[in-house]
Amino acid sequence: MFENLNERLERSFQLLKGHGKITEINVAETLKDVRRALLDADVNFKIAKSFTATVKEKALGQNVLTSLKPNQLMVKIVHDELAELMGGENVDIDIKGNPAVILIAGLQGSGKTTFSGKLAHLLKTKRSKNPLLVAGDVYRPAAIDQLHVLGEQIGVPVYSDKDNKNPVKIAEAAIKEAKAKGYDLVIVDTAGRLAVDEEMMKEIEAVKKAIKPSEILFVVDSMTGQDAVNTAKEFNDRLDFDGVVLTKLDGDTRGGAALSIRSVVDKPIKFVGTGEKMEALDVFHPSRMADRILGM
Amino acid sequence: AGKSKVDEDILDELEEILISSDVGVDTTVRIIERIEKRVEEDKFLGTAELNRILKEEISALLQENNKGEYDTWELPKSDYPYVIMVVGVNGVGKTTTIGKLAHQFKQSGRKVMLGAADTFRAAAVQQLHIWADRVQVPIVDQGMGADPASVAFETLTKAKQEGIDVVIIDTAGRLHNKINLMNELSKIKRVMDRVIPDAPHEILLVLDGSTGQNAFEQAKQFTLATEVNALAITKLDGTAKGGVVIGVSDQFKIPVKYIGIGEAMTDLQVFNRDEFVDSLFN
Ligand SMILES: Nc1nc2c(ncn2[C@@H]2O[C@H](COP(=O)(O)OP(=O)(O)OP(=O)(O)O)[C@@H](O)[C@H]2O)c(=O)[nH]1
Ligand SMILES: Nc1nc2c(ncn2[C@@H]2O[C@H](COP(=O)(O)OP(=O)(O)OP(=O)(O)O)[C@@H](O)[C@H]2O)c(=O)[nH]1
Ligand SMILES: [K+]
Ligand SMILES: [Mg+2]
Ligand SMILES: [Mg+2]
Repeated sequence: MFENLNERLERSFQLLKGHGKITEINVAETLKDVRRALLDADVNFKIAKSFTATVKEKALGQNVLTSLKPNQLMVKIVHDELAELMGGENVDIDIKGNPAVILIAGLQGSGKTTFSGKLAHLLKTKRSKNPLLVAGDVYRPAAIDQLHVLGEQIGVPVYSDKDNKNPVKIAEAAIKEAKAKGYDLVIVDTAGRLAVDEEMMKEIEAVKKAIKPSEILFVVDSMTGQDAVNTAKEFNDRLDFDGVVLTKLDGDTRGGAALSIRSVVDKPIKFVGTGEKMEALDVFHPSRMADRILGM
Repeated sequence: AGKSKVDEDILDELEEILISSDVGVDTTVRIIERIEKRVEEDKFLGTAELNRILKEEISALLQENNKGEYDTWELPKSDYPYVIMVVGVNGVGKTTTIGKLAHQFKQSGRKVMLGAADTFRAAAVQQLHIWADRVQVPIVDQGMGADPASVAFETLTKAKQEGIDVVIIDTAGRLHNKINLMNELSKIKRVMDRVIPDAPHEILLVLDGSTGQNAFEQAKQFTLATEVNALAITKLDGTAKGGVVIGVSDQFKIPVKYIGIGEAMTDLQVFNRDEFVDSLFN
């Protein structure tokens, strides 16, 4: 529904024909377009502001090559800067321990349980792991059943205890079980929680403390708007997570939350969810994400 | 003496508040333009008045609920069950909202029945069953993997036979860009008015309060597939403001009926425009 950056810039540059260079004067209008594109993509207000300032610096004085129209050059500058901010070195997840312990956290409905299943499936089929899934959500109706259904689909056992209402104890017992039965990977699904829910945030801190995960992943819905920064920051302050998972990218959201989160917590985006099926998991591609945010 | 222009700084601040609440650039610009126009006409005097104008202008964009906002859990009187079909993208809170709605309607003395037409998402039927047990209302299901249209048909048929007042049909979450799934939704809807005239009477699109500008596309595609006529906005107990609903309500002329403010049975409220607008500025 929103115009992409290229279309937008094409319009504003038509008014500025004959400029061979990007200058203070002709860049102002362009930066407005860049900012607008970012806000339409749900990039956080403050981050959009600082991002456009960076782009301005990079763009000023750049000669417009004959092969590139000024709008194309500007799009390239913006795209590359976005990709660089969201990218960097590809950081693998840490699955070295025996068992390796992975803790999954995030807001309600973001896709944690589904992702837990997908990750178990991926590590089982592609990395020859022998995983145990752990049903650590004792609150949501049928959360335990849901994980069992997924576990069955992918042939991965699920540790659960319907009589136990304490996620810390459940996680500890699961790890004990993994050690006893020789599972080399434990993935702990947890209940959705809001960052402002003090009791629930304390609970997940306690889970972390008890099981010392080698990897904590923060799962976030790619359709998230401006609040993404608050949530990511709060969860990171509490858990110091290792990476981010962006879900539901099979939709048509631009997904500017990816840039916001990356800017605010500086943690790599490690996976993206691209569907409801257990196979629908992909690694993160910064350049593709930059295209997407710009609507290209 | 009054001034006829609003201070640039105030407008910048306003812009930041609105954009940061997910109101979106288009709607924000419209709100600001309307305020500037009002100020020119009325000759703005003080901050208090500016605030009042601001809230009025935002409220004006939110569609009035045609049944009025005060008559909380009222439903139209009819010989037939009132049928609500609940739709939305994945994980927004459809099933939970159904549980909460069932509770409210039951509290107000109505006979409620649920239909488990999400036969796809892992343990979706079990989840709705737990809600039905909690609220103590009957539920119709054909198990996982059943044809959702057939579940809806059976639910409405039973509801008619048993003199039920309100039927609420759960559907699987689906992203609005998946054509097959959207067609399936149209089909579920079509099947219903073969049992009860004009059913579903209410098609409730659930939006996650933390969703950004994608909510526009959600509203557009779900409306095309099912003629959505009510909105619920969930998860407003967090820090997200849900401001996108202002533009959505205005553009598609759909009232916001309910807001979700937690995971418990009682955490649903009838939408109140003034409170909602106030919450943007808190
Ligand atoms: N289309 C799509 N749907 C997804 C994806 N990931 C998860 N879902 C769906 O999103 C909904 C919520 O997923 P869950 O895995 O239950 O989310 P959760 O974070 O565990 O939810 P809570 O436990 O209630 O906090 C379900 O309908 C999933 O099928 C994805 O990548 N694409
Ligand atoms: N904090 C909070 N959580 C909510 C609210 N409404 C729903 N949830 C939670 O959001 C998660 C998803 O809710 P569901 O009702 O399963 O969502 P759904 O739309 O039916 O999901 P799918 O059927 O998988 O598409 C659950 O953990 C709910 O408890 C709310 O108003 N506030
Ligand atoms: K969500
Ligand atoms: Mg879950
Ligand atoms: Mg559901």
